[in-house]
Amino acid sequence: MRRNEWKNFGEAMLYMLPALIILGIFLFYPMIMTVIYSLSETSPRGEVLSFVGLENYWQWMQSSQFIQSMKSTFIFTLLTVPTTVVLALYLAVLGNEKLKGIAFFRVLFSSTMGVSVAAGAAIWLFLFHPSLGVFNEFLRFFGAEGIPWLTSSTYAIYSVAITTVWMNVGICFIILLGGLQNISDELYDSSKIDGAGYFQRLFKITIPMLSPTLFFVSTITLINSFQSFGQIHILTGGGPNQSTNVIVYSIYREAFEFARFGTASSQAVILFFIILLATFLQFKFGERRVHYQ
Amino acid sequence: MKRKIFLYVLLVISAFLLTFPLLFALLASFLNSGELHRGVYIPESFNFNSYVQAFASIPLFRFLINSLIVSVSVTIGQLVLCSLAAFAIVFIPFKGRNFFFFLFISTLLVPWESTVVPNYVTILNAGWLNTYQALTLPFLATAFGIFLLRQHFMTIPKELYESAEIDGCSRFRFYRSFALPLSKPVLVALGVYGFLTTWNMYLWPLLVTSDTTVRTIQIGINMMISQEASTNWSMVMAAVVIILIPTLLLLFIGIKHIQRGLTSGALKG
Repeated sequence: MRRNEWKNFGEAMLYMLPALIILGIFLFYPMIMTVIYSLSETSPRGEVLSFVGLENYWQWMQSSQFIQSMKSTFIFTLLTVPTTVVLALYLAVLGNEKLKGIAFFRVLFSSTMGVSVAAGAAIWLFLFHPSLGVFNEFLRFFGAEGIPWLTSSTYAIYSVAITTVWMNVGICFIILLGGLQNISDELYDSSKIDGAGYFQRLFKITIPMLSPTLFFVSTITLINSFQSFGQIHILTGGGPNQSTNVIVYSIYREAFEFARFGTASSQAVILFFIILLATFLQFKFGERRVHYQ
Repeated sequence: MKRKIFLYVLLVISAFLLTFPLLFALLASFLNSGELHRGVYIPESFNFNSYVQAFASIPLFRFLINSLIVSVSVTIGQLVLCSLAAFAIVFIPFKGRNFFFFLFISTLLVPWESTVVPNYVTILNAGWLNTYQALTLPFLATAFGIFLLRQHFMTIPKELYESAEIDGCSRFRFYRSFALPLSKPVLVALGVYGFLTTWNMYLWPLLVTSDTTVRTIQIGINMMISQEASTNWSMVMAAVVIILIPTLLLLFIGIKHIQRGLTSGALKG
Protein backbone atom coordinates (compact mmCIF):
# COMPACT_ATOMS: atom_id res chain seq x y z
CA MET A 1 0.00 0.00 0.00
CA ARG A 2 2.66 2.49 1.05
CA ARG A 3 4.92 1.41 -1.77
CA ASN A 4 2.05 1.84 -4.17
CA GLU A 5 1.50 5.39 -2.96
CA TRP A 6 5.13 6.30 -3.60
CA LYS A 7 4.94 4.67 -7.00
CA ASN A 8 1.90 6.75 -7.91
CA PHE A 9 3.55 9.91 -6.64
CA GLY A 10 6.68 9.22 -8.67
CA GLU A 11 4.70 8.51 -11.80
CA ALA A 12 2.58 11.63 -11.38
CA MET A 13 5.74 13.70 -10.97
CA LEU A 14 7.08 12.30 -14.24
CA TYR A 15 3.96 13.44 -16.05
CA MET A 16 4.01 16.88 -14.43
CA LEU A 17 7.75 17.48 -14.47
CA PRO A 18 8.07 19.17 -17.89
CA ALA A 19 5.28 21.64 -17.07
CA LEU A 20 6.64 22.19 -13.55
CA ILE A 21 10.14 22.93 -14.87
CA ILE A 22 8.88 25.47 -17.42
CA LEU A 23 6.55 27.19 -14.95
CA GLY A 24 9.25 27.04 -12.28
CA ILE A 25 11.91 28.75 -14.39
CA PHE A 26 9.72 31.24 -16.21
CA LEU A 27 7.00 31.97 -13.66
CA PHE A 28 7.69 31.04 -10.03
CA TYR A 29 11.37 31.98 -10.02
CA PRO A 30 10.83 35.36 -11.79
CA MET A 31 7.94 36.11 -9.41
CA ILE A 32 10.30 35.83 -6.46
CA MET A 33 13.01 37.72 -8.33
CA THR A 34 10.59 40.54 -9.14
CA VAL A 35 9.98 41.04 -5.43
CA ILE A 36 13.73 40.91 -4.70
CA TYR A 37 14.52 43.38 -7.51
CA SER A 38 11.81 45.71 -6.29
CA LEU A 39 13.68 45.97 -2.98
CA SER A 40 17.14 46.38 -4.52
CA GLU A 41 19.41 48.45 -6.63
CA THR A 42 20.52 46.44 -9.66
CA SER A 43 23.04 46.52 -12.48
CA PRO A 44 21.80 46.60 -16.08
CA ARG A 45 22.64 42.88 -16.29
CA GLY A 46 20.31 42.11 -13.43
CA GLU A 47 22.81 41.62 -10.59
CA VAL A 48 21.58 42.77 -7.21
CA LEU A 49 23.96 45.49 -6.04
CA SER A 50 22.45 46.49 -2.73
CA PHE A 51 19.30 46.11 -0.69
CA VAL A 52 17.40 49.39 -0.51
CA GLY A 53 14.18 48.40 1.26
CA LEU A 54 11.09 50.17 0.02
CA GLU A 55 13.10 52.98 -1.55
CA ASN A 56 12.05 52.05 -5.12
CA TYR A 57 8.39 52.14 -4.13
CA TRP A 58 8.62 55.50 -2.34
CA GLN A 59 10.60 57.11 -5.10
CA TRP A 60 8.08 56.10 -7.70
CA MET A 61 5.05 56.99 -5.62
CA GLN A 62 6.40 60.47 -4.91
CA SER A 63 7.13 61.19 -8.57
CA SER A 64 4.66 63.04 -10.76
CA GLN A 65 4.86 60.05 -13.07
CA PHE A 66 3.09 57.83 -10.57
CA ILE A 67 -0.05 59.97 -10.41
CA GLN A 68 -0.05 60.34 -14.19
CA SER A 69 0.43 56.62 -14.80
CA MET A 70 -2.26 55.62 -12.28
CA LYS A 71 -4.64 58.20 -13.71
CA SER A 72 -4.05 57.00 -17.27
CA THR A 73 -4.46 53.37 -16.28
CA PHE A 74 -7.68 54.12 -14.41
CA ILE A 75 -9.23 56.21 -17.20
CA PHE A 76 -8.11 53.69 -19.79
CA THR A 77 -9.75 50.81 -17.89
CA LEU A 78 -12.93 52.79 -17.39
CA LEU A 79 -13.08 53.63 -21.08
CA THR A 80 -12.38 50.13 -22.37
CA VAL A 81 -13.95 47.50 -20.08
CA PRO A 82 -17.64 48.51 -19.95
CA THR A 83 -17.61 49.51 -23.63
CA THR A 84 -16.14 46.19 -24.75
CA VAL A 85 -18.54 44.10 -22.68
CA VAL A 86 -21.67 46.04 -23.70
CA LEU A 87 -20.67 46.08 -27.37
CA ALA A 88 -19.86 42.35 -27.34
CA LEU A 89 -23.17 41.61 -25.61
CA TYR A 90 -25.07 43.58 -28.26
CA LEU A 91 -23.26 41.71 -31.03
CA ALA A 92 -23.81 38.35 -29.34
CA VAL A 93 -27.57 38.92 -28.90
CA LEU A 94 -27.77 40.00 -32.53
CA GLY A 95 -25.60 37.11 -33.70
CA ASN A 96 -27.72 34.61 -31.78
CA GLU A 97 -30.80 35.29 -33.93
CA LYS A 98 -31.82 32.32 -36.03
CA LEU A 99 -31.57 33.79 -39.52
CA LYS A 100 -30.29 32.65 -42.88
CA GLY A 101 -26.62 33.52 -43.33
CA ILE A 102 -26.07 34.26 -39.64
CA ALA A 103 -22.89 32.15 -39.64
CA PHE A 104 -21.32 34.67 -42.01
CA PHE A 105 -22.07 37.55 -39.65
CA ARG A 106 -20.72 35.58 -36.70
CA VAL A 107 -17.44 35.14 -38.52
CA LEU A 108 -17.29 38.89 -39.21
CA PHE A 109 -18.13 39.78 -35.60
CA SER A 110 -15.38 37.55 -34.27
CA SER A 111 -12.82 38.57 -36.90
CA THR A 112 -10.89 40.98 -34.69
CA MET A 113 -9.80 38.01 -32.60
CA GLY A 114 -7.58 37.00 -35.53
CA VAL A 115 -6.04 40.47 -35.75
CA SER A 116 -2.73 40.78 -33.94
CA VAL A 117 -1.93 43.76 -31.76
CA ALA A 118 0.75 44.96 -34.17
CA ALA A 119 -1.41 44.64 -37.29
CA GLY A 120 -4.43 46.18 -35.58
CA ALA A 121 -2.41 49.09 -34.23
CA ALA A 122 -0.83 49.66 -37.66
CA ILE A 123 -4.29 49.88 -39.24
CA TRP A 124 -5.58 52.32 -36.63
CA LEU A 125 -2.41 54.39 -36.91
CA PHE A 126 -3.38 54.82 -40.57
CA LEU A 127 -7.04 55.56 -39.77
CA PHE A 128 -5.97 58.17 -37.20
CA HIS A 129 -3.43 59.79 -39.55
CA PRO A 130 -3.85 63.60 -39.32
CA SER A 131 -3.97 64.26 -43.09
CA LEU A 132 -4.46 60.88 -44.82
CA GLY A 133 -6.59 59.16 -42.19
CA VAL A 134 -10.21 58.34 -42.92
CA PHE A 135 -11.53 59.91 -39.71
CA ASN A 136 -10.16 63.36 -40.45
CA GLU A 137 -11.08 62.99 -44.12
CA PHE A 138 -14.63 62.29 -42.93
CA LEU A 139 -14.67 65.30 -40.59
CA ARG A 140 -13.33 67.60 -43.27
CA PHE A 141 -15.94 66.32 -45.73
CA PHE A 142 -18.58 67.76 -43.41
CA GLY A 143 -16.63 71.00 -43.06
CA ALA A 144 -15.33 70.25 -39.57
CA GLU A 145 -11.69 70.51 -38.59
CA GLY A 146 -9.50 67.44 -38.25
CA ILE A 147 -8.77 66.14 -34.77
CA PRO A 148 -5.19 65.44 -33.60
CA TRP A 149 -6.21 61.91 -32.58
CA LEU A 150 -2.84 60.70 -31.36
CA THR A 151 -0.82 63.86 -30.87
CA SER A 152 -3.02 65.69 -28.38
CA SER A 153 -2.80 64.71 -24.74
CA THR A 154 -6.59 65.08 -24.44
CA TYR A 155 -7.57 62.81 -27.34
CA ALA A 156 -4.76 60.25 -27.35
CA ILE A 157 -6.14 58.11 -24.53
CA TYR A 158 -9.56 57.94 -26.23
CA SER A 159 -7.97 56.92 -29.52
CA VAL A 160 -5.94 54.17 -27.85
CA ALA A 161 -9.06 53.06 -25.96
CA ILE A 162 -11.13 52.81 -29.19
CA THR A 163 -8.39 50.68 -30.73
CA THR A 164 -8.29 48.44 -27.65
CA VAL A 165 -12.07 47.96 -27.57
CA TRP A 166 -11.99 47.00 -31.24
CA MET A 167 -9.21 44.46 -30.59
CA ASN A 168 -10.88 42.82 -27.60
CA VAL A 169 -14.47 42.70 -28.80
CA GLY A 170 -13.97 39.61 -31.00
CA ILE A 171 -13.07 37.15 -28.26
CA CYS A 172 -15.73 38.54 -25.91
CA PHE A 173 -18.31 38.10 -28.66
CA ILE A 174 -17.34 34.45 -29.16
CA ILE A 175 -17.53 33.64 -25.45
CA LEU A 176 -20.84 35.47 -24.95
CA LEU A 177 -22.36 33.82 -28.02
CA GLY A 178 -21.38 30.45 -26.55
CA GLY A 179 -23.11 31.43 -23.32
CA LEU A 180 -26.27 32.47 -25.15
CA GLN A 181 -26.41 29.19 -27.06
CA ASN A 182 -26.33 27.33 -23.76
CA ILE A 183 -29.60 28.88 -22.61
CA SER A 184 -32.33 26.36 -23.27
CA ASP A 185 -35.05 27.25 -25.77
CA GLU A 186 -37.75 25.98 -23.40
CA LEU A 187 -37.32 29.05 -21.22
CA TYR A 188 -38.09 31.29 -24.17
CA ASP A 189 -40.98 29.13 -25.35
CA SER A 190 -42.76 29.28 -22.02
CA SER A 191 -42.23 33.04 -21.80
CA LYS A 192 -43.71 33.47 -25.27
CA ILE A 193 -46.85 31.69 -24.11
CA ASP A 194 -46.94 34.10 -21.19
CA GLY A 195 -46.89 36.93 -23.74
CA ALA A 196 -43.55 38.49 -22.80
CA GLY A 197 -42.15 40.98 -25.33
CA TYR A 198 -38.67 41.02 -26.84
CA PHE A 199 -37.08 43.40 -24.34
CA GLN A 200 -38.85 41.77 -21.42
CA ARG A 201 -37.35 38.44 -22.48
CA LEU A 202 -33.94 40.09 -22.93
CA PHE A 203 -33.85 41.57 -19.43
CA LYS A 204 -35.83 38.90 -17.56
CA ILE A 205 -34.35 35.77 -19.14
CA THR A 206 -31.34 36.35 -21.39
CA ILE A 207 -29.21 38.64 -19.23
CA PRO A 208 -29.83 36.87 -15.89
CA MET A 209 -29.14 33.47 -17.47
CA LEU A 210 -26.05 34.86 -19.15
CA SER A 211 -24.67 36.49 -16.02
CA PRO A 212 -21.99 33.86 -15.25
CA THR A 213 -20.58 34.30 -18.75
CA LEU A 214 -20.87 38.09 -18.56
CA PHE A 215 -19.01 37.95 -15.30
CA PHE A 216 -16.24 35.82 -16.79
CA VAL A 217 -15.97 38.10 -19.82
CA SER A 218 -15.72 41.26 -17.70
CA THR A 219 -12.94 39.72 -15.65
CA ILE A 220 -10.82 38.76 -18.64
CA THR A 221 -11.47 42.12 -20.34
CA LEU A 222 -10.39 43.93 -17.20
CA ILE A 223 -7.18 41.91 -16.99
CA ASN A 224 -6.57 42.34 -20.74
CA SER A 225 -6.99 46.07 -20.41
CA PHE A 226 -4.45 46.32 -17.59
CA GLN A 227 -1.99 44.40 -19.71
CA SER A 228 -2.28 46.57 -22.84
CA PHE A 229 1.08 47.27 -24.34
CA GLY A 230 1.51 46.74 -28.09
CA GLN A 231 -1.10 49.24 -29.26
CA ILE A 232 0.38 51.93 -26.99
CA HIS A 233 3.91 51.18 -28.11
CA ILE A 234 2.91 51.56 -31.77
CA LEU A 235 0.30 54.33 -31.56
CA THR A 236 1.62 56.82 -29.02
CA GLY A 237 4.77 55.56 -27.32
CA GLY A 238 3.15 56.47 -23.99
CA GLY A 239 2.81 60.13 -24.95
CA PRO A 240 1.95 62.87 -25.52
CA ASN A 241 3.00 64.19 -22.11
CA GLN A 242 2.71 60.63 -20.74
CA SER A 243 -1.06 60.78 -21.14
CA THR A 244 -1.11 57.16 -22.37
CA ASN A 245 1.68 55.87 -20.13
CA VAL A 246 -0.41 53.05 -18.59
CA ILE A 247 1.21 50.69 -16.14
CA VAL A 248 2.67 47.96 -18.35
CA TYR A 249 4.08 50.58 -20.68
CA SER A 250 5.61 52.32 -17.70
CA ILE A 251 7.25 49.06 -16.57
CA TYR A 252 8.67 48.61 -20.07
CA ARG A 253 10.09 52.13 -20.14
CA GLU A 254 11.71 51.93 -16.71
CA ALA A 255 13.29 48.55 -17.36
CA PHE A 256 14.21 48.58 -21.01
CA GLU A 257 14.68 52.23 -21.85
CA PHE A 258 16.27 53.45 -18.62
CA ALA A 259 17.63 50.08 -17.35
CA ARG A 260 16.12 50.72 -13.91
CA PHE A 261 15.12 47.16 -13.02
CA GLY A 262 14.42 48.07 -9.39
CA THR A 263 11.78 50.71 -10.10
CA ALA A 264 10.33 48.63 -12.92
CA SER A 265 9.98 45.67 -10.57
CA SER A 266 8.28 47.70 -7.87
CA GLN A 267 5.72 48.74 -10.50
CA ALA A 268 5.39 45.09 -11.55
CA VAL A 269 4.61 44.12 -7.94
CA ILE A 270 1.98 46.85 -7.78
CA LEU A 271 0.51 45.60 -11.10
CA PHE A 272 0.26 42.14 -9.59
CA PHE A 273 -1.64 43.45 -6.56
CA ILE A 274 -3.93 45.64 -8.67
CA ILE A 275 -4.93 42.63 -10.78
CA LEU A 276 -5.33 40.48 -7.68
CA LEU A 277 -7.54 43.14 -6.10
CA ALA A 278 -9.57 43.64 -9.28
CA THR A 279 -10.18 39.92 -9.62
CA PHE A 280 -11.07 39.63 -5.94
CA LEU A 281 -13.48 42.59 -6.05
CA GLN A 282 -15.16 41.26 -9.15
CA PHE A 283 -15.65 37.89 -7.49
CA LYS A 284 -16.93 39.44 -4.28
CA PHE A 285 -19.34 41.95 -5.78
CA GLY A 286 -19.89 40.39 -9.17
CA GLU A 287 -20.76 36.98 -7.77
CA ARG A 288 -23.75 38.35 -5.86
CA ARG A 289 -25.44 39.58 -9.00
CA VAL A 290 -24.71 36.38 -10.85
CA HIS A 291 -27.55 33.98 -11.35
CA TYR A 292 -26.54 30.33 -11.65
CA GLN A 293 -28.78 27.81 -13.32
CA MET B 1 -41.07 39.76 -42.01
CA LYS B 2 -40.61 43.38 -40.89
CA ARG B 3 -38.60 42.14 -37.92
CA LYS B 4 -36.36 40.09 -40.21
CA ILE B 5 -35.55 43.05 -42.44
CA PHE B 6 -34.81 45.17 -39.39
CA LEU B 7 -32.45 42.52 -38.03
CA TYR B 8 -30.61 42.20 -41.34
CA VAL B 9 -30.17 45.97 -41.50
CA LEU B 10 -28.74 45.96 -37.96
CA LEU B 11 -26.45 43.04 -38.81
CA VAL B 12 -25.10 44.71 -41.93
CA ILE B 13 -24.50 48.06 -40.21
CA SER B 14 -22.82 46.43 -37.20
CA ALA B 15 -20.67 44.22 -39.41
CA PHE B 16 -19.58 47.24 -41.45
CA LEU B 17 -18.73 49.35 -38.40
CA LEU B 18 -16.72 46.52 -36.92
CA THR B 19 -14.81 45.45 -40.01
CA PHE B 20 -14.28 48.74 -41.84
CA PRO B 21 -10.70 49.05 -40.51
CA LEU B 22 -9.85 45.73 -42.16
CA LEU B 23 -11.63 46.79 -45.34
CA PHE B 24 -9.72 50.06 -45.44
CA ALA B 25 -6.41 48.29 -44.90
CA LEU B 26 -7.18 45.99 -47.82
CA LEU B 27 -8.24 48.85 -50.10
CA ALA B 28 -5.28 51.04 -49.12
CA SER B 29 -2.85 48.22 -49.93
CA PHE B 30 -3.91 48.49 -53.59
CA LEU B 31 -3.65 52.27 -53.83
CA ASN B 32 -0.71 54.08 -55.34
CA SER B 33 0.69 57.03 -53.43
CA GLY B 34 -0.92 59.59 -55.74
CA GLU B 35 -4.39 58.21 -55.02
CA LEU B 36 -3.62 57.98 -51.33
CA HIS B 37 -2.68 61.65 -51.09
CA ARG B 38 -5.71 62.77 -53.08
CA GLY B 39 -7.89 61.08 -50.49
CA VAL B 40 -9.16 58.38 -52.85
CA TYR B 41 -10.07 55.14 -51.09
CA ILE B 42 -11.31 52.98 -53.92
CA PRO B 43 -8.33 52.03 -56.09
CA GLU B 44 -8.76 52.68 -59.81
CA SER B 45 -6.93 49.50 -60.66
CA PHE B 46 -5.76 46.66 -58.45
CA ASN B 47 -2.01 46.76 -58.55
CA PHE B 48 0.13 44.57 -56.38
CA ASN B 49 3.12 46.93 -56.38
CA SER B 50 2.85 47.57 -52.65
CA TYR B 51 3.02 43.85 -51.95
CA VAL B 52 6.15 43.48 -54.04
CA GLN B 53 7.67 46.51 -52.31
CA ALA B 54 6.76 45.16 -48.87
CA PHE B 55 8.69 41.96 -49.48
CA ALA B 56 11.63 43.97 -50.81
CA SER B 57 11.80 46.55 -48.03
CA ILE B 58 12.12 44.27 -44.99
CA PRO B 59 12.83 40.51 -44.80
CA LEU B 60 9.09 39.86 -44.58
CA PHE B 61 9.36 36.26 -45.74
CA ARG B 62 12.02 35.49 -43.14
CA PHE B 63 9.81 37.05 -40.42
CA LEU B 64 6.82 34.99 -41.53
CA ILE B 65 8.86 31.77 -41.36
CA ASN B 66 10.18 32.77 -37.92
CA SER B 67 6.67 33.41 -36.63
CA LEU B 68 5.54 30.08 -38.04
CA ILE B 69 8.42 28.16 -36.42
CA VAL B 70 7.84 29.84 -33.05
CA SER B 71 4.05 29.47 -33.07
CA VAL B 72 4.07 25.81 -34.17
CA SER B 73 6.69 24.87 -31.56
CA VAL B 74 4.82 26.62 -28.76
CA THR B 75 1.49 25.09 -29.81
CA ILE B 76 2.86 21.53 -29.89
CA GLY B 77 4.74 22.07 -26.63
CA GLN B 78 1.65 23.41 -24.88
CA LEU B 79 -0.52 20.52 -26.04
CA VAL B 80 1.99 17.89 -24.89
CA LEU B 81 3.06 19.45 -21.58
CA CYS B 82 -0.39 20.61 -20.51
CA SER B 83 -2.10 17.35 -21.38
CA LEU B 84 0.53 15.32 -19.49
CA ALA B 85 0.17 17.46 -16.37
CA ALA B 86 -3.63 17.48 -16.55
CA PHE B 87 -3.63 13.71 -17.05
CA ALA B 88 -1.61 13.14 -13.89
CA ILE B 89 -3.92 15.38 -11.87
CA VAL B 90 -7.08 13.63 -13.04
CA PHE B 91 -6.08 9.98 -13.43
CA ILE B 92 -3.25 9.25 -11.00
CA PRO B 93 -4.35 9.04 -7.36
CA PHE B 94 -1.37 10.54 -5.56
CA LYS B 95 -0.94 12.52 -2.39
CA GLY B 96 -0.82 16.24 -3.09
CA ARG B 97 -2.74 16.26 -6.34
CA ASN B 98 -4.94 19.08 -5.04
CA PHE B 99 -1.85 20.99 -3.99
CA PHE B 100 -0.35 20.68 -7.46
CA PHE B 101 -3.63 21.58 -9.12
CA PHE B 102 -3.90 24.78 -7.10
CA LEU B 103 -0.23 25.51 -7.68
CA PHE B 104 -0.90 25.42 -11.42
CA ILE B 105 -4.14 27.38 -11.15
CA SER B 106 -2.61 30.07 -8.94
CA THR B 107 -0.36 31.06 -11.84
CA LEU B 108 -3.49 32.23 -13.70
CA LEU B 109 -3.49 35.20 -11.33
CA VAL B 110 0.03 36.31 -12.19
CA PRO B 111 0.08 38.81 -15.04
CA TRP B 112 2.91 37.67 -17.26
CA GLU B 113 4.07 41.26 -17.66
CA SER B 114 4.95 41.49 -14.00
CA THR B 115 7.59 38.76 -14.40
CA VAL B 116 9.06 40.13 -17.59
CA VAL B 117 12.14 41.79 -16.07
CA PRO B 118 13.67 38.68 -14.40
CA ASN B 119 12.74 36.59 -17.44
CA TYR B 120 14.66 38.98 -19.63
CA VAL B 121 17.64 38.72 -17.28
CA THR B 122 17.45 34.90 -17.41
CA ILE B 123 17.53 34.92 -21.21
CA LEU B 124 20.28 37.54 -21.24
CA ASN B 125 22.50 35.55 -18.86
CA ALA B 126 21.89 32.31 -20.74
CA GLY B 127 23.17 34.08 -23.84
CA TRP B 128 19.89 33.33 -25.59
CA LEU B 129 19.02 36.74 -27.02
CA ASN B 130 18.07 36.34 -30.69
CA THR B 131 17.39 32.61 -30.44
CA TYR B 132 14.31 30.51 -31.03
CA GLN B 133 14.48 29.01 -27.54
CA ALA B 134 14.11 32.49 -26.03
CA LEU B 135 10.90 32.95 -28.01
CA THR B 136 9.44 29.52 -27.28
CA LEU B 137 10.62 28.00 -23.97
CA PRO B 138 8.84 30.41 -21.57
CA PHE B 139 5.44 29.61 -23.12
CA LEU B 140 5.56 25.84 -23.42
CA ALA B 141 3.33 25.29 -20.38
CA THR B 142 0.32 27.39 -19.41
CA ALA B 143 -1.99 27.14 -16.44
CA PHE B 144 -4.87 27.91 -18.77
CA GLY B 145 -4.13 24.84 -20.90
CA ILE B 146 -3.77 22.58 -17.87
CA PHE B 147 -7.04 23.87 -16.45
CA LEU B 148 -8.97 23.48 -19.71
CA LEU B 149 -7.73 19.92 -20.26
CA ARG B 150 -8.30 18.94 -16.66
CA GLN B 151 -11.91 20.07 -16.98
CA HIS B 152 -12.26 17.90 -20.03
CA PHE B 153 -10.47 14.82 -18.67
CA MET B 154 -12.87 14.89 -15.71
CA THR B 155 -15.72 14.17 -18.13
CA ILE B 156 -14.11 10.89 -19.24
CA PRO B 157 -15.93 8.14 -17.31
CA LYS B 158 -13.88 6.64 -14.49
CA GLU B 159 -15.25 3.19 -15.45
CA LEU B 160 -13.47 3.37 -18.78
CA TYR B 161 -10.18 4.01 -17.00
CA GLU B 162 -10.76 1.25 -14.49
CA SER B 163 -11.71 -1.38 -17.05
CA ALA B 164 -8.71 -0.44 -19.18
CA GLU B 165 -6.52 -0.87 -16.11
CA ILE B 166 -7.97 -4.31 -15.43
CA ASP B 167 -7.27 -5.27 -19.05
CA GLY B 168 -3.63 -4.47 -18.36
CA CYS B 169 -3.53 -1.15 -20.19
CA SER B 170 -0.66 0.95 -18.85
CA ARG B 171 -1.28 4.54 -17.80
CA PHE B 172 0.72 5.96 -20.64
CA ARG B 173 -1.17 3.84 -23.14
CA PHE B 174 -4.45 5.04 -21.71
CA TYR B 175 -3.21 8.61 -22.07
CA ARG B 176 -2.19 8.04 -25.67
CA SER B 177 -5.01 5.81 -26.93
CA PHE B 178 -7.99 7.01 -24.88
CA ALA B 179 -7.51 10.33 -23.09
CA LEU B 180 -6.02 12.23 -26.03
CA PRO B 181 -8.31 10.94 -28.81
CA LEU B 182 -11.37 11.53 -26.61
CA SER B 183 -10.30 15.15 -26.08
CA LYS B 184 -9.76 16.04 -29.70
CA PRO B 185 -12.16 19.06 -29.77
CA VAL B 186 -10.55 20.61 -26.69
CA LEU B 187 -7.06 19.92 -28.01
CA VAL B 188 -7.98 21.61 -31.29
CA ALA B 189 -9.44 24.60 -29.42
CA LEU B 190 -6.37 24.90 -27.22
CA GLY B 191 -4.08 24.44 -30.22
CA VAL B 192 -5.77 27.16 -32.28
CA TYR B 193 -5.85 29.46 -29.26
CA GLY B 194 -2.17 28.79 -28.46
CA PHE B 195 -1.14 29.36 -32.06
CA LEU B 196 -3.04 32.64 -32.31
CA THR B 197 -1.72 34.06 -29.04
CA THR B 198 1.87 33.09 -29.88
CA TRP B 199 1.62 34.41 -33.43
CA ASN B 200 0.26 37.70 -32.05
CA MET B 201 2.76 38.07 -29.21
CA TYR B 202 4.38 41.48 -29.10
CA LEU B 203 6.17 42.55 -25.91
CA TRP B 204 8.41 39.49 -25.46
CA PRO B 205 9.70 39.23 -29.07
CA LEU B 206 10.32 42.98 -28.96
CA LEU B 207 12.61 42.46 -25.95
CA VAL B 208 14.55 39.36 -26.95
CA THR B 209 15.12 39.95 -30.67
CA SER B 210 17.46 42.71 -31.75
CA ASP B 211 18.32 41.55 -35.26
CA THR B 212 16.40 39.99 -38.12
CA THR B 213 17.51 36.34 -37.75
CA VAL B 214 14.72 35.17 -35.47
CA ARG B 215 12.55 38.31 -35.32
CA THR B 216 8.83 37.59 -35.65
CA ILE B 217 6.45 39.22 -38.08
CA GLN B 218 4.77 41.38 -35.42
CA ILE B 219 8.02 43.15 -34.65
CA GLY B 220 8.65 43.30 -38.38
CA ILE B 221 5.48 45.38 -38.72
CA ASN B 222 6.71 47.75 -36.06
CA MET B 223 10.04 47.97 -37.90
CA MET B 224 8.26 48.77 -41.12
CA ILE B 225 6.10 51.45 -39.48
CA SER B 226 9.12 53.25 -38.09
CA GLN B 227 10.89 53.06 -41.46
CA GLU B 228 8.09 53.68 -43.92
CA ALA B 229 4.93 54.98 -42.31
CA SER B 230 5.67 58.60 -43.08
CA THR B 231 6.18 57.91 -46.77
CA ASN B 232 4.52 54.73 -47.98
CA TRP B 233 1.26 53.76 -46.30
CA SER B 234 0.14 51.42 -49.08
CA MET B 235 3.18 49.29 -48.44
CA VAL B 236 2.60 49.17 -44.66
CA MET B 237 -1.01 48.14 -45.28
CA ALA B 238 0.13 45.49 -47.77
CA ALA B 239 2.38 44.02 -45.08
CA VAL B 240 -0.51 44.15 -42.59
CA VAL B 241 -2.77 42.28 -45.01
CA ILE B 242 -0.09 39.62 -45.53
CA ILE B 243 0.28 38.97 -41.81
CA LEU B 244 -3.48 38.96 -41.24
CA ILE B 245 -4.18 36.23 -43.79
CA PRO B 246 -2.84 33.22 -41.82
CA THR B 247 -4.50 34.12 -38.51
CA LEU B 248 -7.83 35.09 -40.05
CA LEU B 249 -7.90 31.84 -42.04
CA LEU B 250 -7.07 29.83 -38.94
CA LEU B 251 -9.73 31.68 -36.97
CA PHE B 252 -12.41 31.08 -39.58
CA ILE B 253 -11.57 27.39 -39.78
CA GLY B 254 -11.22 26.90 -36.04
CA ILE B 255 -13.91 29.25 -34.76
CA LYS B 256 -16.43 26.52 -33.89
CA HIS B 257 -13.83 24.57 -31.93
CA ILE B 258 -12.55 27.63 -30.08
CA GLN B 259 -16.04 28.63 -29.11
CA ARG B 260 -17.01 25.20 -27.86
CA GLY B 261 -13.66 24.60 -26.15
CA LEU B 262 -13.39 27.96 -24.42
CA THR B 263 -16.96 28.17 -23.22
CA SER B 264 -17.07 24.64 -21.85
CA GLY B 265 -13.88 25.34 -19.90
CA ALA B 266 -15.18 28.63 -18.62
CA LEU B 267 -18.61 27.50 -17.60
CA LYS B 268 -18.32 24.01 -16.22
CA GLY B 269 -16.17 25.29 -13.35
